[in-house]
Order: sequence, then structure tokens, then C-alpha cells
Amino acid sequence: MIDSLFLINHSGDIFLEKHWKSVISRSVCDYFFEAKEKAVDPENVAPVLQTPHHYLISIYRDKIFFLSAIQTEVPPLFVIEFLHRVGDTFLDYFGECSETVIKDNVVIVYELLEEMLDNGFPLATESNVLKEMIKPPNILRSVVNTLTGGSNVGNTLPTGQLSNVPWRRAGVKYTNNEAYFDVIEEIDAILDKSGTTVFAEIQGVIEACVRLTGMPDLTLSFMNPRLLDDVSFHPCVRFKRWESERVLSFIPPDGNFTLMSYQVSSQNLVAIPVYVKQNISFLEAGSCGRLDITIGPKQTMGKTVEGLMVTVHMPKAVLTVNLTATQGTHTYDLATKVLVWDIGKLNPQKLPNLRGSLSMQPGAPKPEEYPSLNIDLKIQQLAISGLKVSRLDMYGEKYKPFKGVKYLTKAGKFQVRT
Amino acid sequence: MTLSESSDDSVKKSNPREDWPARRGGLRQAEVDTCGVMSSGVGYNDQTGAETAVEAGQETTPTTSSSGAAFGLFSSDFKKNEDLKEMLESNKESLKLEAMKRVVGLISKGKNASELFPAVVKNVASKNIELKKLVYVYLVRYAEEQQDLALLSISTFQRALKDPNQFIRASALRVLSSIRVPIIVPIMMLAIKEAATDLSPYVRKTSAHAIQKLYSLDPDQKEQLIEVIEKLLKDKSTLVAGSVVVAFEEVCPDRIDLIHKNYRKLCNLLVDVEEWGQVVIISMLTRYARTQFTSPWKEDAVFDENNEKTFYDSDSEEKKVPTEAKPYMMDPDHRLLLRNTKPLLQSRNTAVVMSVAQLYWHLAPKHEVSVVTKSLVRLLRSHREVQYIVLQNIATMSIQRKGMFEPYMKSFYVRSTDPTHIKTLKLEILTNLANEANISTILREFQTYVKSQDKTFAAATIQAIGRCATNISEVTDTCLNGLVLLLSNRDETVVAESVVVIKKLLQTQPTQHSEIIKHMAKLFDNITVPMARASILWLMGEYCDRVPKIAPDVLRKMAKTFTTEEDIVKLQTVNLAAKLYLTNSKQTKLLTQYILNLGKYDQNYDIRDRTRFIRQLIVPSEKSGALNKYARRILLAPKPAPVLESAFKDRDRFQLGTLSHSLNVKASGYQELSDWPAVAPDPSVRNVEVIEPVRNSGSGSEEESSEESEKTSSGSGGSSSGSEKSSSDSESEQRQKKKTKKRTRKPAASDRYAREQMLPVSPASSSPVGGHLRQHSTPSVSNIPNLVSPLIPVTSPSFGPVKTYELLHHMTGKGLAAKYHFPRQPCLYQPSMVSVQVILTNNSDHVLEEIHIGERSPAGLNVHCFNTIERLEPGASVTVSMGVDFSDSTQAANFQLCTKEDQFGVSIQPAVGELLMPFTMTEADFNREQSEI
Repeated sequence: MIDSLFLINHSGDIFLEKHWKSVISRSVCDYFFEAKEKAVDPENVAPVLQTPHHYLISIYRDKIFFLSAIQTEVPPLFVIEFLHRVGDTFLDYFGECSETVIKDNVVIVYELLEEMLDNGFPLATESNVLKEMIKPPNILRSVVNTLTGGSNVGNTLPTGQLSNVPWRRAGVKYTNNEAYFDVIEEIDAILDKSGTTVFAEIQGVIEACVRLTGMPDLTLSFMNPRLLDDVSFHPCVRFKRWESERVLSFIPPDGNFTLMSYQVSSQNLVAIPVYVKQNISFLEAGSCGRLDITIGPKQTMGKTVEGLMVTVHMPKAVLTVNLTATQGTHTYDLATKVLVWDIGKLNPQKLPNLRGSLSMQPGAPKPEEYPSLNIDLKIQQLAISGLKVSRLDMYGEKYKPFKGVKYLTKAGKFQVRT
Repeated sequence: MTLSESSDDSVKKSNPREDWPARRGGLRQAEVDTCGVMSSGVGYNDQTGAETAVEAGQETTPTTSSSGAAFGLFSSDFKKNEDLKEMLESNKESLKLEAMKRVVGLISKGKNASELFPAVVKNVASKNIELKKLVYVYLVRYAEEQQDLALLSISTFQRALKDPNQFIRASALRVLSSIRVPIIVPIMMLAIKEAATDLSPYVRKTSAHAIQKLYSLDPDQKEQLIEVIEKLLKDKSTLVAGSVVVAFEEVCPDRIDLIHKNYRKLCNLLVDVEEWGQVVIISMLTRYARTQFTSPWKEDAVFDENNEKTFYDSDSEEKKVPTEAKPYMMDPDHRLLLRNTKPLLQSRNTAVVMSVAQLYWHLAPKHEVSVVTKSLVRLLRSHREVQYIVLQNIATMSIQRKGMFEPYMKSFYVRSTDPTHIKTLKLEILTNLANEANISTILREFQTYVKSQDKTFAAATIQAIGRCATNISEVTDTCLNGLVLLLSNRDETVVAESVVVIKKLLQTQPTQHSEIIKHMAKLFDNITVPMARASILWLMGEYCDRVPKIAPDVLRKMAKTFTTEEDIVKLQTVNLAAKLYLTNSKQTKLLTQYILNLGKYDQNYDIRDRTRFIRQLIVPSEKSGALNKYARRILLAPKPAPVLESAFKDRDRFQLGTLSHSLNVKASGYQELSDWPAVAPDPSVRNVEVIEPVRNSGSGSEEESSEESEKTSSGSGGSSSGSEKSSSDSESEQRQKKKTKKRTRKPAASDRYAREQMLPVSPASSSPVGGHLRQHSTPSVSNIPNLVSPLIPVTSPSFGPVKTYELLHHMTGKGLAAKYHFPRQPCLYQPSMVSVQVILTNNSDHVLEEIHIGERSPAGLNVHCFNTIERLEPGASVTVSMGVDFSDSTQAANFQLCTKEDQFGVSIQPAVGELLMPFTMTEADFNREQSEI
């Protein structure tokens, strides 16, 4: 399985290494650096590489490469999923997953890695099990620890590891019992030049934040579960009851977790909340171009569109932009050639518009492709698919919890071709 | 390049060891220091890049290794190191801890801290848990290098292995087995054997991991280790299952016989095993199933070629119904595996979903494979790296089975923000999916891609268009025209790629495309990419009769620039000259000779060779001999068109989802997936002799064990009645046959499904993910007393039916839960009734009173009710039996279940099989009866 792990920063320094079997020399990373050099963009590095004696499987997230060295056949997704789980755990423990934070907490990181794998096979990856074994850092504890010489390491086996509910620890107590659910939907769409939908679908997740005492057994039901086409669940959800009754029945993990993710069936038409009128042109003669973008509301179900943002990856030849926006601010990054127009709230009475000229590198040929626009937006209190939670029931405990559901619609990969 | 890389690698590998003696011997510090600093300077720190690093590595081999660099940095920490030693040897726990933390920091940076070994190892027996753990980390890292000193710590671990705390026992075993010192092999062996029988499943899991560590340290222990594996495979804990299968795969993957007895248990445990274990178990079971079951794909062949008799037909059947071949019967165990893995498609872990997908791909009947499509497409929402692997697998699948992914075609549309390798994979899949119906949509999409700023991707799109054009003849002309338009593109890569693809297309379609060739000749001056130029020259030569005026002119131009062209262009120029010489020697004789002369003195061997060869072939002379006559036929022979194929064509030789598949190279340790056996091996090997209620030792949770015992009793119940492969399916078969007396015989296929549905193999058809908590306090069905004595000469089944259905959930029933099952015994109230047993459980915290049956519908429903239950204590449960007359229909019987305060509407829905009476008859009788149908 997984032999060794190397963490490599953006500029190519190995800043952490951990071996679960015999030590593998870090020179093995040279092959990776070679591939990285060729790929130019870190995103373009192939996740699976072969070297004479090892196989390298890597992921790139938060500006860090997690590179694992492997000696024998293993499903690559197994490794990739695990590496992402390691990243998630760091995020969970330290609030962010960056080189500085990992270097600052190197001892905890090492203890975590030690617990997460044994001989290259995952041992404990559930966050609550890990947290019982190795306490996450906080200021108070670190002060106390330095004074008393106390430790971050628990000395008993976490109950979750052995029970039938490995995702929940025993003896949870809260004074305020509360359960919040966020239904977050993302619209993935490709619109073509004329505004017609080439492809659109809705993906959703239900993020939960549950702080309940004891061993509550929750049932979440929907008004219109038929909308849900394809679903995947947190391991706590009872699949059988979903099959038979279309309700989510589960004993929740403690704290924040993703309860389910779903896809809305493709039969339903996807409401596109905004329309985009755009005109980008590059003049054949003379080195300049014109840009004119207007955004207006389309199917917003009477809600306000917020957090509107347009990102344009300009062709390399565009040197500078000279634009004026009726609303919001715009920036153009000369190095990456990315134009970002941050609009904010969409006002239906006064549609935001961005127009002006683009100055091109003199002598460069007219770009073949017009850049596509990536749209970002948010609509509060609306699930664009129309999904509604009808009720949440709790069994197994006597108290009355405080319950809440929030809806949010976001643009996922929302692209307008030009 | 490759050669130098690998040699460089080997040098680096051997390097650290060369360093060792020098360092231990106290080599002059300064010298090593400078080397170290220097090496870290040349290292891969910044933008120097890998290639420079590699080159530098070659020049300064002795020091450029990582450990050399580490040593350099380490020596600058030399002073710090001294105080570390003092701290470790001090009396204060906090100082020791602080020191160990710094040591771990050194290890994590890859710096060498081995000198501290004696100081660190003293702390191995520390009471402070954190300190102890850090010492463990250190030991595991350096024990191999400091074997003698490491032995000092062994006794501590041996003591810890006997500790009452399971956690300490486990971690002691983990560390002990990680110390790669050959001398302690016997101690490790003993520890593993003991841990394998430990009461704690957590310790047993650790012992499964230790098996692999010991095996890699000393492969001679294989036989003994296999014994331990065999023991652990029998373990019923979900915690152990995954780890022991990993050990099995590593140590003895060929000992498939160890799996037989545990097969059903593994299938049934699968949903509850932790996610990582699921992945390895599923891939192991895939391999297992391919050796034990017959192919479910053969029947397709029967359907395709209706008249062909297949060899597995039984003789008697064949004579009676020659067209209706006896359908393939899937082994119930095979079905069990498919059914129990299906819910895992909903897992959040992408690796689990992928492994189920590959299991279905390799094991399921063809028409069932498509259940995985949706889940695979869902994975495309995940991280970039996940997408990459999943797309690779979909690419392989979509070559063989277009239909599977066609409805999801739009999910493979490319976004401009995708990384290039994702884009090309999506393109590959879109090309695979193209057919007559969707080609216009796909081509429109491709048009957008051609304009992409990412030129590698644009070039790949052009190739994809070429593939579509050859595969779908309807659009060849459209594609060709489109490609010709691209020839006027401003970007050179696009033009060059188009030329190459057009050349291939024209070759496959040698009709009158002289217009295109002329057009390309005009472009020739502006194209600089060698491959494109060479392609045009080849086209000119090949079809020179179609462009008799242009070709010589092109040759003339080439004669001028010949010396500055790339080799590949030169070769094609020589070719063109030769062909023109043969067809149009009047105009080109001199030009050809000129070019051949230039070629004769070229710097490149190949070109000189080719020139010499061509000259002998085409120019008649005394020496040229017989071949000369055939020159025309040799050079202008009709050439087979190139086949444009998917790059994923040959990947299906690897199991999907594996590393080998991803790299398209056989990775070390890859286990081939065997072909289906022609005749299935004896299925009875999977029978488990005794039905024993499963106890999840250690965890002591009743919920799980009751659920498990139900599962296992069902699994083994299906076969416990004897060695004959009868029981479950033959039972239902008989019933099915009885039933069919009344009807006309159904077509074979649907008949099979009906039977499959009734197989009472396991209730786990959609086993609850984490759903075991609901079933608590349900008594094991086998314990239900036999209330009914047979009145009619019908057989009672030799095993207890085990599938219970939910009548009322305790949440809807305000604490009252009801389950029912069909005991499959004749009803003693009325012969037309079907007997049903209902288990009522009080899950509330108060007493339930007066439980009885209320209103029923349809109104005429004839039900024999149970006597009113006066009182049911909290937590208690009672089993009652009732009779329902379903009037031989599968219509549900609806009625109300009432308590003193409440009424709950419930319904019983019988499966067809439950309505039939069990009946015993000899085989001869059966055949006679059957022939009368």
C-alpha cells in the first residue's frame, strides 16, 4: 500500500517526509520534479507517475503537493482518496492546510500520520476517532501543557474505533442542543454564445452541524424526494430506509459533517438565474479589442442574486485593459491574464455593465478563441431545484433540540462561451 | 536520457550507505559540511528544475544525495544536537518531551538524527504517553540502522504486549513489528500469534498488519503466517476483515481455498466494514469470483445467435425445447456478491465506488453493468485527481459499451478551466461515444474546442475529428471540409495537425479529392511544421496522377530548400521525386537526379541509404537487376489506410481501477484476473457446516451480533440442509414449477428473474449502511417455536425462512415495532390462507396495551387475527401468528394494527413464492409433471 509520503511546497521543497515501511530516499521525488517542470502548471501534473522502482501518486491542493511513493499494485483512487483525507484532517485540526501551519505543528502532524496509517494501510481516518486520540491544538491547552508537561495524546482507545457507530463518540454533552442543516445547491452549466444552455445540471450537498447530547437518532424527510436522482451518503445514513421510504435516518456524527450529496434528476429543467449579454471582439488591424458585458436576472424565483462575480481568462496577447464598470470593481492580473469583475448584489432596475477597450501586444496575431466567462453567484434562502426539507424528528433522547434548515444556491462550474 | 536517469538513481540510492561509515568514523566535519552545503545549493530547492538537478547529480555524484544534503544541514545544527542529548538524559519529563518533539521535527525534515539513538532508546519505558509515542516514532525510523541498540528496547515491548489496556498492547505490537531487525523474527512471530487470538478486535487488526511487516522482513515465515491468516479470516469482526484481506493479498494471494469458507461471511459483512477495508475486500472477491463462477455473459451469445446450442444445455431439455435453451443459472453466491456490493455505489469514498464499478464490470451480466454508470459520472464532481482516474476507466469502458455512457454525454463536455490531461480524456470519451445519432452534436462541440487557447488540446481535438470521420462514414465529408477550413487557421500546430489528419482521411477515402490536395499544395509554403510538410509531400507523391501539374512544381521548390529541411521532410522529398520520376519522367528527371545527388551526401545515414536504394530501384542501369522492372509496382502500390484507434484500445487487458490500468503497464504485484472457468468448481466448498450465532467478541454489542447472526444463518441456511446443492434455489424452483402449472410457460429469461427474486439467500439485498441499530431485540428467527403442525401432506421446509419484512417501524408506530415473515408452513386456520408470523416489539418506554387488529381492506379480506395482546412491557417482544387469504394474488393485505390509544395502517405484501405450498417429489415425478405443462 502506501510506503512513504512527501509534502512538497509550490517551489519544490520537500518540507516533510514520513515513511511507513522502509525508508525511501527522497531522491525518488526527482522524477516528480521532472514531470512538474514539463507540465508548467501544477494542475497539469499527471497524478500517477512511474519510476524505475516506485510508483508516485500525487495530489495538489492548497498549494501543496502530497506525494506518495508506492512499490506495488494498489488502486490509485485508494491512495488519492486517502491523501485528500489527510488534507481534510489537517484542515480540520489546524483550520487551514498550508506549509506554515504544517511546519508549526509538525509533531501533531507526525502523530496524526502515525495513527492514520499502519504499514501503509489506513487505520483511523474518522475525524472524531482521531480527535480522541490526538487532541487538536488550541491556545489554552498549549499553555497548560507547557506548564504541566501534559500531552496532546489520549491514553485510551477511542470508543468510536470499536463501536458500531465509529463516526460518533460516546458521552457527548451539550447545554444547548442544536441541529442545523444547510442545503447547498450548485448549478453547473455551459451556455453558448447566444445564451442557450449547452449543458446544465444541479448538484447539491446537505452540510450538517449537529451538537446533540447522547445518542440521538435523527430522521430527516423531504417534501419532494423524487427530485433526487443520484445520491451518496455519509456512512451513518441507513441506506435501507432511504430505499424504502426516501427518508434519511441516521445517528449523526458530532459536529460538522456532510450528510449527503445528490444530483437532481436530469429530466427537470434547470433554472438559470442570470443571463449574460456579452460582446468581446479583437480588431484585426491595430492592436486593440473591445469588451462589453451586461448581466441581468433571469429565473431567480423572486430572490436577490448576491456575490456576483465574473472571471475571464484573457488570451496571452492582451496586455492591459481599460474598462469602466457601472457597478462593482474590476481587476486585471497582468501575470496570469485573469480579469475579475466583482459585482456584488444584482440590482434588477440597474443592470451592471462593464465595457471598455483591451490593448493587445502589438504585432501579435488576433487571438483565435474568445475567452469564456466564468460566473460566480449566490442566492440565499433558495434551493434552485425546489428541494424542501419537510421535517426533522429525533428519537432516542428526551430533550427538545433546536432545529434549523438553511438553503443556498451557488454557481458551480458556470461558464459562458463567447 | 532514460539510461542516464536510471543510473543516476541507482547511484543516489547506494549513496547514503556509502556515507555512513564516513560519518560514524567522524570524518572531518568541515569537509563534509562544505559538500553538504554545496549539494543543497544545487538541489531541487527552487526553479533549477529537475533536469538540472539530474545533471548536477551526475557530476557531483558522491554528495548530491538527499542524505548528503541532510547531513550538511544537520551539521549546522550540530550544537543544538548536543543539548538535545542532555535534555533527553535529564530527569525532567517536560525537557525530554521537548527534546523528542525537536527530534521528530528533524526526522520529518529528513534530517539525520540517528546519533541520538542511545539517548532516545532509554526513554522507551517512559510513563508519559506522548513521550513514549514519540520514542516509538523514532525507533521505527532508525531501528534498522542501529540494530544492536534497538534490541535493548525489545523487552519493553514484550512487557507491553501483556498490558491490560488493549490500546497499549496494540501499539506495542505495531512498533515491535515495525522494527525491521531480522534477529527478532521469532519474537515477532510469537507476538503475532498471540495477538491474533486477542479478545480485542483492535489488537487482532494490528496483528493482521504485523503479518505483512513480518513477511516483508522474512519471507521464509510464509507457512506459519498463512496459518495465522487462516485463523484471522474466520474472524467475525468488521474491524479485522479488511486488514486480514490485505495480509492475504500480500502473503498468499494464490491460496484462494482459504476464502471459500469465509466467502459468504465476507459478502455479508461488507457493508459494515470500514471503507478502506471495503476496497480491498471487493477487489479480492472480484478475483475470487472469476475463478469460482461460470461466466454470466454466455447467455448473451445464446440470445444473439438463437439457433446455436450451447454446451451447458442439459440433454433432456434440449430435445423438448430446442429453441428455448436452458438459461444460464447464476450461482446464488455470485448473486449474493453483486447484491451486497450494490449499495456501496452510494459510498462517499470514491475508491469504494470505483471498486464496486469494476466488480460489476468484471462480474455482472452485461445488462446489469449499467447500474454503475450514474455513480461513476457522479465521481466526476470530485477532485481533479479523482476525475483523472475515473475518466481513464470510463474511457476503457466506453470503447466496449457505448450505450452505458451515452445518456451522460454532456457530462464529458470540456470546460476551458479543466487541466489539459482531463480535457484530452474527456475528448477521448466523447470520441468513443460518437455514433450516427449524436455525431452532429459532438462535432458542434468539437468546433468550440478547436478554437481553444490550449493548443495541445486543439491538436488532440483535430485527431478526434479524424477518428469520428473514419468511424462514421456519414460525416466523413463534413469532417474533411471542416478540416480543410482549419488549414487557413493562424495557429501552426492546428494547421499541422489538420494536414496530418487530412492525409489519413484521404488515404481511407481515395476518391477524387484532388481539390483538397491542390489546396494543401498552395499552403505548403506557409507550413513549417516538419510532420505536416512531410504529410503533404507524401500526398503529392501518392496522388501525383491527380495533380499532374502541381506535383513537379512542388518538387522544384523542394529541390531548392532540400538542404535546410528536417530529416523526415527530406525522406518524403526523395519519395516524391522517385514517384514523379516513374510517372512523369520527362518533366522531373533532372530534378530527381539533383535531389538524389543532394541526398547522397547528406549527413544522415537514413537519407543516404534511402537515396542509394531509390536510385538503384528507379534509374535503370546495368547493376540494378530484376527489381527495376517492378519499381512502379513497388512504389505506387495501393496502400492500406491507417486505422485510427483509441489510445485506450488495449487497456482492457488490465483489471479496471488498478494502478496497472492507469499506467497501461503491468505494475509489480499486479494479480491477473483469470478467465471464467468453463465449468464451475464445486460450489459446496463455500458451505459452512454449523450455524453458529455470531458473536462480535470484544465489542460486546448486541445490536450487531443479532443482525449478523441473521445474516449468517441465512447465508449458511441456504446450504446447511446437506451436501446436495439443493435447498434454497431448488426449493423455490419447485414452487415455481408448481405455480407455472396454472399458467402458460413464460419465456426463459423472465422465468429466471422470477426465481432469482425469490431466492431466500439473504435479507441483505439492500443491507442497511449503518443500519444495524434498528434490528435490536428482534429474536433470531431460528428461535421461533414451531407453532404449527402439518395437517396436509405437504413438506415443511428443511430450513427456517429468514427474510423478515418490516410491517411497522418503531418511529411511525410510536414505539411499537412489527416485523413479519412467512414461515412457509401450511396454515392451520384455513387451507386457503397463508400463514404469517408477526413479531411485535415494544421499543417505547411505557407499556403498550391491547394490541389487536382493526379495520382491514379490501373489505372482504379474510384474515385470521391473533388474540389481542393485553400488555407488552417496554423492550419486550412477542411473536404471534396469523393467517391471511391473499386469494392467490400478490395484492397487498391492508389492515390496522391497534393499541389502546393508537391505530397504525400497515400492509403485508406477499411475494409470489410465498403463496405456494412446498411439496416434495422425486426427480422422476418432477420431470413427468413438467412434461405435462
